[in-house]
Amino acid sequence: MTNFQQTAALVTGASRGLGRALAERLAERGARVVLVARGKGALDEVVEGIRRRGGVAHGLTADLGDKHAVHPLAAAAAELVGPLDLLVHNASELGPTPLRPLLDTACEDLTRVLDVNLVGPFRLSKIIAGSMALRRRGTIVHVSSDASVNAYAGWGAYSISKAALDHLGRLLAVELEEHGVRVFSVDPGEMDTEMHRAALPDADPHTLLDPAAVARTIVRMIESNGVPPGARLEASSFEVAS
Amino acid sequence: VTAAVTLPPARTPERTGPPRLLVVDGSNQTIRDRSLRELPTLLEPGDLLVLNDAATLPASLALTSHDAELRLAGFDGDTAFRDVVFRAVLFRSGSWREPTEERVAAPALGVGERFAAGSLRGRVVAVDSREPRLVTVRFEPTGAALLAALYREGRVIQYSYLTRPLELWDVQNGYAARPWAFEPPSAGLGITFGLLTGLRRRGIELARLSHAAGISSTGSLSLDQRLPFPERYEIPVEAVDAVARARASGRRVIAVGTTVVRALESAARLPDGLRAGEGSATLVLGPGFRRQVVDGILSGLHEQGTSHFSLLESFVDRSLLASANRHAAESGYLQHEFGDVCLVLGSA
Repeated sequence: MTNFQQTAALVTGASRGLGRALAERLAERGARVVLVARGKGALDEVVEGIRRRGGVAHGLTADLGDKHAVHPLAAAAAELVGPLDLLVHNASELGPTPLRPLLDTACEDLTRVLDVNLVGPFRLSKIIAGSMALRRRGTIVHVSSDASVNAYAGWGAYSISKAALDHLGRLLAVELEEHGVRVFSVDPGEMDTEMHRAALPDADPHTLLDPAAVARTIVRMIESNGVPPGARLEASSFEVAS
Repeated sequence: VTAAVTLPPARTPERTGPPRLLVVDGSNQTIRDRSLRELPTLLEPGDLLVLNDAATLPASLALTSHDAELRLAGFDGDTAFRDVVFRAVLFRSGSWREPTEERVAAPALGVGERFAAGSLRGRVVAVDSREPRLVTVRFEPTGAALLAALYREGRVIQYSYLTRPLELWDVQNGYAARPWAFEPPSAGLGITFGLLTGLRRRGIELARLSHAAGISSTGSLSLDQRLPFPERYEIPVEAVDAVARARASGRRVIAVGTTVVRALESAARLPDGLRAGEGSATLVLGPGFRRQVVDGILSGLHEQGTSHFSLLESFVDRSLLASANRHAAESGYLQHEFGDVCLVLGSA
């Protein structure tokens, strides 16, 4: 996917943080981008910003934890920018903050986090990847976290959802590879975002990565033909690998 | 001509297994019982399968301004959802369990009359001179706002023969993309991702087009006789190239559903022949229709006397179809949207 001029992309969780930076970078490179977020206000501002800079962007509000939100979302996206070529599952829910031990997490909170971070991406891929497979054209990116491979006390619900999301990506990669559709996961590293502040309010922002820089790296991964199917890449070491 | 044979409908959208597949082969005049899961081995490597990737809209609007249901039946404009005008059919309001035939006493709406379905507002811009239930409507919002309102206020067109109401998840083909269909292009409902993989592994070529499948029934005979209305389609260059390659090398072009036949055969009849791009399918695939592009069709099962059945007569002769239909009835095949399917391969 080296020519983003011909790319219809959808990015979830796109009103702030890494999702916003990814949508902006993709639009800057010429992709037609649908940005998805739960709230309308912040989303509209990001979309307007992209349009002012000459990009093609559309904002759609949806709660990805809701099974009935997916068809309206996928249909509107396909109508606005054409059948999707790139799907970035970036939206995720941290769960209740301040972070707490797993055994202090309410069952409903774990379910909600899994609904948004795991079942949501599954549902969206389920109804979008078939069209990619038929066209032999598509890339699906899962935004992961180092919490998916490391057991950090207090990160329970989020951590579990990201570990499962990694495996969802590997399975989709295996099943979609022969249809010419690529799936891979990215661990973006610790970024200076609202989510990071909610999780670790005392972290020094100077030690954290800029989401815009991480987005540029992820867009290079999407362009690269060298990413193995189902790979789990770390944004911080991708330069060396490529 | 044999008397029409009636098949029972499949009454639930849930499937316990793959649909049964009745293979009607005009090249050797045979009828075989198979399963849709065997489709890859029933086709030859190199055969081209063309699918309609239209997703199904929630095209039924319960009006809050009138005692009526407005069923969107097709695009009347040429730019989907930007400034779109829809052809639509009015029904008396009622529950999904009431057959549409019993809901034809719809209130009349005049030209210029405004209506609302919850928060979605629109206006009647034309009324058919012969059939006042057939109207042309325009909505206030356009583009993404229209889509959002339609998905909020509309629901999927219902079938009274089912045991439960349908939702959007029930009526989408696994490879659907743009929301252009007013009722599901149902020949593809049994084509799972696993089956697509099996077809690829067998060396079957796959191509897609988008065809705005319109409504299948209006509840009245006089209006049904005017179906299908002109339907919008878009054929991508990849499909045009794939068809040209298949035909040049003597491989078969198999359509998944009548909508694909309609799009390809309508486009092939344009002055420039089959080209990539958008168009409006006006071709009626009735008796006497001669196919130019398509060699076979995967389709739902249809009774003799329907327009679907007439279409099949362009692939194989009427006596073979009549035998196939009798066989289907004796063997318990199920018809309608969630029923069994047939693969009709034309005489060479």
